[in-house]
Amino acid sequence: MAQHVRPRNTGLWDWITTVDHKKIGILYLVAGGFFFLLGGLEALLMRLQLMYPEQNFFIGATFNELLTMHGTTMIFLAAMPLIFAVMNAVVPLQIGARDVAFPFVNSLGFWLFFSGGVLLNLSWFMGGAPEAGWTAYVPLSGMQFSKTTGVSFYVLGLQIAGIGTLIGGINFLVTIINMRAPGMTFMRMPMFTWTAFITSALILFAFPAITVGLVLLMFDRIFGAVFFNVASGGNVLLWQHLFWIFGHPEVYILILPAFGMISEVISTFAKKRLFGYSAMVFATIVIGFLGFMVWVHHMFTVGLGPVANSLFSIATMLIAVPTGIKIFNWLFTLWGGQIRFTAANLFAVGFIPTFTIGGMTGVMLSVAPADYQYQDSYFVVAHFHYVLVGGMMLGLFAAFYYWWPKMFGKMLNEAMGKWNFWLFFIGFHLTFFPQHFLGLMGMPRRVFTFMGGQQLELGNLISTWGAIIMGVGTLLFLVNVAYTHMKKQPQAPADPWDGRTLEWTIASPAPEYNFAQTPRVRGIDAFWIEKMAGNKGMTPAEPLGPIHMPSPSVLPFIMSIGFFIAGMGFVFNKYLFAIVGLGIVLICMFFRSYKDDEGFHIDVEEIKETEKGARL
Amino acid sequence: MNHADHGVLPAEPEKATLEGRNKILGFWLFLGGETVLFGSLFATYLALRTQYVNGPAPHEIFQIELIALATFILLTSSLTSVFAIIGMHRQNFKMMLFWFWITVILGFAFLGLEIFEFVHYYHEGHTLSSSAYGSAFYTLVGFHGGHVLFGVLWISLLLIKNRKGLTVVNAPKFYVASLYWHFIDVVWVFIFTVVYLMGILGGQGGA
Repeated sequence: MAQHVRPRNTGLWDWITTVDHKKIGILYLVAGGFFFLLGGLEALLMRLQLMYPEQNFFIGATFNELLTMHGTTMIFLAAMPLIFAVMNAVVPLQIGARDVAFPFVNSLGFWLFFSGGVLLNLSWFMGGAPEAGWTAYVPLSGMQFSKTTGVSFYVLGLQIAGIGTLIGGINFLVTIINMRAPGMTFMRMPMFTWTAFITSALILFAFPAITVGLVLLMFDRIFGAVFFNVASGGNVLLWQHLFWIFGHPEVYILILPAFGMISEVISTFAKKRLFGYSAMVFATIVIGFLGFMVWVHHMFTVGLGPVANSLFSIATMLIAVPTGIKIFNWLFTLWGGQIRFTAANLFAVGFIPTFTIGGMTGVMLSVAPADYQYQDSYFVVAHFHYVLVGGMMLGLFAAFYYWWPKMFGKMLNEAMGKWNFWLFFIGFHLTFFPQHFLGLMGMPRRVFTFMGGQQLELGNLISTWGAIIMGVGTLLFLVNVAYTHMKKQPQAPADPWDGRTLEWTIASPAPEYNFAQTPRVRGIDAFWIEKMAGNKGMTPAEPLGPIHMPSPSVLPFIMSIGFFIAGMGFVFNKYLFAIVGLGIVLICMFFRSYKDDEGFHIDVEEIKETEKGARL
Repeated sequence: MNHADHGVLPAEPEKATLEGRNKILGFWLFLGGETVLFGSLFATYLALRTQYVNGPAPHEIFQIELIALATFILLTSSLTSVFAIIGMHRQNFKMMLFWFWITVILGFAFLGLEIFEFVHYYHEGHTLSSSAYGSAFYTLVGFHGGHVLFGVLWISLLLIKNRKGLTVVNAPKFYVASLYWHFIDVVWVFIFTVVYLMGILGGQGGA
């Protein structure tokens, strides 16, 4: 039993080999945050180009590169990992689990996302970034019109990152189904865990469609297949279908966790149970289901005919019903509550009207005949930024302020947090509200300039200033993080917000094993029930004993390097590299299968020591 | 581990531990994702199945005898993997090993036939680039073939590594490998119908 000696890795090696979901959450946060800043920088450069008519900073191909990379980076490399950051940090704690179901797979998921993201962004320095838009429609993204390696980087980078996301989703599904604490029935799960669950299911069923789409595009560009070559019988619409069969559920993959985050924050800071919990759960499931039924609303002007357009139009409008249920339930949760406007709650409350506006323009866009007018205009840009930034990003900021102490053991500065909120919120509306009108006045999206004298000047100028203010707000968040972590301050208390769910019953930051004793759950808002019953903490469901932990492993990191090398090989048609890269992957899989991980145990003495030091 | 040391296993050793149950559930979910993957490939194939502009049409090149033999071999291998799992549940380790090895051999035989088939088509001018139909055919059938190859390598590795006996640690591994193998078989049933039977009928006034 020599394997059972506890490994003690430190420094960088610890971060590379860790299989602890809390550390992987931090890795997702740092990497996703980095890509978010990169995508934000690309957005600012575009806004500078569009500040005044007929400017010449970034024109033509350069603007197209910025545009493509902004969209692709924000969706795949910023939004997805930031959501995974919060899911990793919070979900196992909320269900009273010691670990996730597949710690190794979880780590592999992160490293695949990261190597895919790095691969995609290296395109800037290796022959030019992709410039066919984040949707990469063929034939524009085919070899004929995208001759550089840019789109090949897009295809391979997203493929690798996509595998990482898919296995991450499976991990959370199994964790939530199999590893809930005793008494934590499905209908007692916190709302954020529910949304993480549905989002993971959407990931599982949506990502394979884009995988196939990317495979077809890759085969066309690299191996001479003719899927999208009309002269050889190919069909360009195929790409649009595959892309949006993935792409629409992806929108809900991104927004559902934000719904869950603000549900937790609003309920905590209104000091009330979430209003209409079961309706909220049901609405989440319905949104997830309908999310797969509406992809053609991205293709109304393609010409699939009035029957198809009508059906998808009605299905799209239907989504407004469960979403409306959610909006009202948040309002009713706030109604009559003892509301505390902390930074986290400001973001969560700011979410409600902003997201409602985005949802409303969504219903406008779902009307197929009207969509012929909005199609490819700035109205669409305004709409999806209202749901993604005004929805998802505000939710994420709320989550960061709320769960920061649980992730890092330190409280973010509240005053700076409020400035962060107001700058970001005002900047956001200044940026995107005028874009509705720019679109209605006829400004097409994805253009690198516009003419003077068409009344587009004012809207564009306001929009750029708004973007700058939003950028300052984001920087203030970074300043807050730096300030929080450099200043000497006491360890955050276990339960700083008077919380209601299980994550607040354990120390901040959570110990390696999460729960010294698995808690027994007696209802929704498990911790709050105990508080109301006058108990100091949860009743344990088991005696104190040694805790089994999985061993750290460097294999996920090496496997991702293998995928990275293979991706580079395919991009540049150097098949030797591709074979070597895939060989590394297979060898890692061989070792993983061949050598059983026996893990190690944390003994009772150490648990007692850790729990004594915790400030509960 | 104690079970393994004493040669006494619980009735369903693959589900005896939480790790085992996680693995099986996770693998079922993974197969759900794989279903969408193959569903998308089938949709692509169906959309392009009459687009053999410059290349040969399916009814001109498919040989039903060869395909029928390949189908027979692969379906039989699914049956033998069932025997292997029955062996596992009877705690008859030798029986399990024997039937898994038969499964692997049948898998390799299937792959051999598929490679022979592809080489034959290549000489007939049916390639990845000959038409959109060709691209769709090789991508769908090739993805399946790639899955078969991965499956035989995986099961072989499990068999080579776990020669000493069944434990609650390796039972879930064999179990999910057999799930994977059944999945490959189900996909082949659809390929046989949609690609080959419909392809051959396509020449007789269909499509």
